[in-house]
Amino acid sequence: MFGRSRLGGFFAGLAGLFLLLPLVAVIPFSFTPKRFLSMPDGEYSLRHYLAIFDPDTWLASIGTSTLVAILSSVIATALAAAFSIGIWLRRPASGRFLIGLVLLPIIVPPVTSAVALYFLLAQIGLLDTIPGLVLSHVVMIVPFSVIAILGALSRLDRNLELAARNLGASQLQSIFRVILPNIRFGLFAAWFVSLVMSWEESSVTLFVSGVNVITLPKRIWDNLRLDLDPAVAAISVIMIVATTLVILLRKSET
Amino acid sequence: MIERRFQLRWPLGASGSLLMLWALPVILLLAYVLPFAGVTLWSVTRPEPGFENYVRIVTGADFQAIFVRTAWVCLLSTAITIPIAYLLAYYWVMGSARRSRLIEICIFIPFWISVLVRAFGWVVILRNNGLASDVAAAFGLNGLSTGRNVWSVITGMVHFMVPFAILPMASVMRKIDSRVLLAALGLGCRPLGVFWRVYLPMSLPGVFSALAMTFIFSLGFFVTPMILGGGRVVLTAESVFVQMFQTANWGLGAALGVVLLVVVFAILWLSQRVMRIEQLMSR
Repeated sequence: MFGRSRLGGFFAGLAGLFLLLPLVAVIPFSFTPKRFLSMPDGEYSLRHYLAIFDPDTWLASIGTSTLVAILSSVIATALAAAFSIGIWLRRPASGRFLIGLVLLPIIVPPVTSAVALYFLLAQIGLLDTIPGLVLSHVVMIVPFSVIAILGALSRLDRNLELAARNLGASQLQSIFRVILPNIRFGLFAAWFVSLVMSWEESSVTLFVSGVNVITLPKRIWDNLRLDLDPAVAAISVIMIVATTLVILLRKSET
Repeated sequence: MIERRFQLRWPLGASGSLLMLWALPVILLLAYVLPFAGVTLWSVTRPEPGFENYVRIVTGADFQAIFVRTAWVCLLSTAITIPIAYLLAYYWVMGSARRSRLIEICIFIPFWISVLVRAFGWVVILRNNGLASDVAAAFGLNGLSTGRNVWSVITGMVHFMVPFAILPMASVMRKIDSRVLLAALGLGCRPLGVFWRVYLPMSLPGVFSALAMTFIFSLGFFVTPMILGGGRVVLTAESVFVQMFQTANWGLGAALGVVLLVVVFAILWLSQRVMRIEQLMSR
């Protein structure tokens, strides 16, 4: 095959290493026995992994993040599914406009979205609350769900739905019995992407919460800004290992 | 029981699917577009009515410095991101099966990992007495300037954007018909010539969308610059955060947010025009 030069391959390898470098670099720091962020010399300790289980700080934030991520990903996926199926069924003239509107939160700079959501929550008195945070996350992650579900629907044969209707299924029956089962993988992908996006959301989260409701990204942020607690390294290593496992498992399945 | 429930008609008849269709757009109009209108209102009413905030943004020396810095940091990180991403996308699509799989792993592990964790990784490497200065010292380069500076910010931003830039490029590269490349080879073009004169021009649409996307992303981004710049390399998006929460100047923060949005839409509009011209030229 053409164009696989040694030199190009070498540089591609370097570029790949560049992408992995900061993730690998964190690992040794998580095993330091010292109180501050440092490279362990000879002595190793798991104390910073144990610190993650402190119910007042890290564990509480992991709980908050999990709760917010589950709530917002389920709501976002449900709304995105309803919207996408609506578009697919009715093919409205305003479809392009509506899809553009729904995808706005991806295009608009995150910091501008953050100011808008801060304004909204300040007006309705939901700043720094779980419902307010869930609402903001839904707005920010729903475009990803919509993209995944519209993609799944575009591969669905329209005749299936027409046949179901023709055989006497009501609209609701055709949605629940024909459309949804056929796009279940797309739905799962939409939910999973939005779960991860919400779990990691930091730009808007930093604006709309932080005193009563402290998500994991917010706590990491505070630690990075104030002092470098090695617990951040331990948390990072756990997240890196989990992500790597998911990616490798998914790879080996296909 | 469930059977019976499904026998029921959709409660609103044909308008049921209309409700499904409009639920999300209406929520977004209320929870996103309308608040944005409110933000725009803030920008011209706080602290007092008028265009004071915009005048300050346009004429203030401090803001001009921030804009100039933002422009060149974002341009430079985009310019570094694109070749790295192109190289990786190329070997992801065209490389041997094994290399392609390795590159895919290198792309997607960072892609899915929190931006904070990635910035933290660079803090560990780049801070004073961090790994980078140790390595430099081992090569006899003492006193290499690392830590919180503009190069750290650019490194972190490039690292964040490379995986995003790869995706549009790879999707265009996948659609390139390999028979065209074989034809060029068959007609006597040297392999390097095939790349420069056939493959690269055919992959350019992907490069353009990656370019627009990367630049727009870099403009609105404040988490990585704030952590790696440590308040010394303030970019536009970070200054929104500072105005809102550190100096509590909501009107000014809102105005900056509006300006950022206008700039992003202008770039989008321009890039679409460029693409259209590109398409016209190729016909």
